[in-house]
Amino acid sequence: MSGKESGYLDMELLRFTTAGSVDDGKSTLIGRLLFDSKAIFEDQMEAIEKASLRSGGEDVNLALLTDGLKAEREQGITIDVAYRYFATPKRKFIIADTPGHIQYTRNMVTGASTANAAIILVDARHGVLEQTRRHTYIASLLQIPHIIICVNKMDLVEYKQDVFEQIKSDVEGISSKLSVKDVRYVPISALVGDNVVDRSKNMDWYEGPTLMYLLENLHIGSDINRDDFRMPVQYVIRPQSKDYPDYRGYGGRIMSGSLNVGDTVKVLPSGFTSKVKTIDLFTETLQKAFAPQSVSVQLEDDIDISRGDMLVKETNGHEPVVSQDIDVMLCWFNERKMIPGGKYTLRQTSAEMRCMIKSVDYKMNINTLEHDPDDLEVNMNDIVRVKLRTTKPLFYDSYNVNRNTGSLVLIDETTNETVAAGMIV
Amino acid sequence: MDKYQINHLKELEAESIFVIREVAAQFENPVMLFSGGKDSIVMFHLARKAFWPAKVPFPLMHIDTGHNFPETIQYRDDLMEKTGARCIVKYVQDTIDQGKAVEETGVNASRNKIQTITLLDAIEQEKFDAAMGGGRRDEEKARAKERFFSHRDEFGQWDPKNQRPELWNLFNGKKNMGEHFRVFPISNWTEMDVWQYIYMEEIELPSLYFTHKREVFQRDGVWMAKAPFMQLKEGEKLEMRDVRCRTIGDVTCTGVSLSTANNLQDIIQEVAATRVTERGGRADDKRSESAMEDRKREGYF
Repeated sequence: MSGKESGYLDMELLRFTTAGSVDDGKSTLIGRLLFDSKAIFEDQMEAIEKASLRSGGEDVNLALLTDGLKAEREQGITIDVAYRYFATPKRKFIIADTPGHIQYTRNMVTGASTANAAIILVDARHGVLEQTRRHTYIASLLQIPHIIICVNKMDLVEYKQDVFEQIKSDVEGISSKLSVKDVRYVPISALVGDNVVDRSKNMDWYEGPTLMYLLENLHIGSDINRDDFRMPVQYVIRPQSKDYPDYRGYGGRIMSGSLNVGDTVKVLPSGFTSKVKTIDLFTETLQKAFAPQSVSVQLEDDIDISRGDMLVKETNGHEPVVSQDIDVMLCWFNERKMIPGGKYTLRQTSAEMRCMIKSVDYKMNINTLEHDPDDLEVNMNDIVRVKLRTTKPLFYDSYNVNRNTGSLVLIDETTNETVAAGMIV
Repeated sequence: MDKYQINHLKELEAESIFVIREVAAQFENPVMLFSGGKDSIVMFHLARKAFWPAKVPFPLMHIDTGHNFPETIQYRDDLMEKTGARCIVKYVQDTIDQGKAVEETGVNASRNKIQTITLLDAIEQEKFDAAMGGGRRDEEKARAKERFFSHRDEFGQWDPKNQRPELWNLFNGKKNMGEHFRVFPISNWTEMDVWQYIYMEEIELPSLYFTHKREVFQRDGVWMAKAPFMQLKEGEKLEMRDVRCRTIGDVTCTGVSLSTANNLQDIIQEVAATRVTERGGRADDKRSESAMEDRKREGYF
């Protein structure tokens, strides 16, 4: 550490999610990443050594590191999204570790919602299974910018290149039908450590990067929409103090694009325009701000603006769509099935309103990737395309263009539970 | 990084500010828990950033076990005076005096468990509907599955198997009467992030975090500070050593580490090199493998 200018503090943040079926070795892979990047401390290691012995294992079970809750340790499976952290000199990583069983689609969707990258594990012995198709589909539905297919347990198939190539071409067959941009393939053994952090000595035929190299070097600068300025107003800051009698700042996080002092912005839904007077972040006065910063923006004109409104800039003709009728890909999360024609609370950016489910167009068969227009009963973990009608205009961008302004959740008005996640088409 | 990217600390900061503003907007009567430890100091700093130039629009609350390092209390009072914030203090001693809890006895006695009762009482009395805490997911494995917005039933309990899904930037703070939320704005920070951020932002800390001479003794491999209410077991003896705190909690269960680090750079280097998690020095987590999960279910911080 030679000081703040040393660059030591200048690490990027990368969020990724992991998906795999039971026994694909996902927890072992995460354990391996944490272990080889030295994110595991001695006391944690001691605790898992003890636990490994207790559960009858011979070797230290790296998977135990990630199994957080009592019930999971007893059953030996991961049942909820857990977050893990590690860092290398280049990047800080946040892992959303999600379970892979059929009934837990909602967990993968949750973990995927904020991810820059998805690691999808395929067991080299079993090849591409239904689950692989499901995980790839969800990654594409949630528009995760980078997908890394890790063909795991290569040690159990004698590190054969043709096994890897077959799986690669099978996944390509799936991904070609989906909207995924960047797919990479790495043959690994999480247990032994081949191609995870260190290059494998057992697979000379593989010339690509290790998993860690990919994680450290994927270009994530363009993962966020940099073109269209959108800032939902979260909170209006009015000190009304002696020093700041007239300060009126709109507090919010910039969801996409950038903003300069002097720019003309439009306020939705009113449609009024004004110029940016100041951009503040605590005592710093900024000339420009960009996603994903949280700032306070003052405008030149006195306009009535409150939470739920959005400041936007029109760039290249892109403005949010304003409508009360939207088409949404919905993932149902709740044990109580969806009520056709039912009313729910809808939350999108900082806006909240009621909505009605007007119709279900089709259910997605996530194993065959076919649309089923006949079975329209929506149960937990189903993914469906629906038409929603909102009580007041919603301003949004299509999810494919903007993950932050094109996403929504539905809340049950009686139980207050978050029952569905939606991506606006 | 190009000029339209921010470093990991700035991104974590932006996320935390977003969460804190969301709390202020979604709840009627939120409170921010403050212990005088570095995590709550950082969280309060983020709250000041979130609302500047206005004051933080909610009070802070300190659950005082009575077993504090005096430096912590001094620091707390100075900070409140400097920033004009309001801090409500609730005493575990009052809970005991009112007969709502019985003090543990013996050499390992700690008020750690009782403070949950004091906390839940205070939330009920003051009608707080959201309590922000400085918990981080990297601290302990039960915390790894905690949401930013964590729903608590009318008994203040956490149900880890029935948590609301949390996606994108969309936080659901809806609840019924009598229920409340715990919110963890710095969920995604690690110990290293906290230290680097303190360094980057030049945040003032209690002197306990830096090296000083103190009378200490060893218990179960952990160095503990001498304090009036600490009983020594047979065979334990006091020594004067150069120590500093890695975490600041109740004196009865917070270990200190031997260190000569007297500035933030040295501490960051020490954290980078350390092979024991910061909670490794906390007796409260060592009671059983699922100690933290059990306490959290009951309504612990």
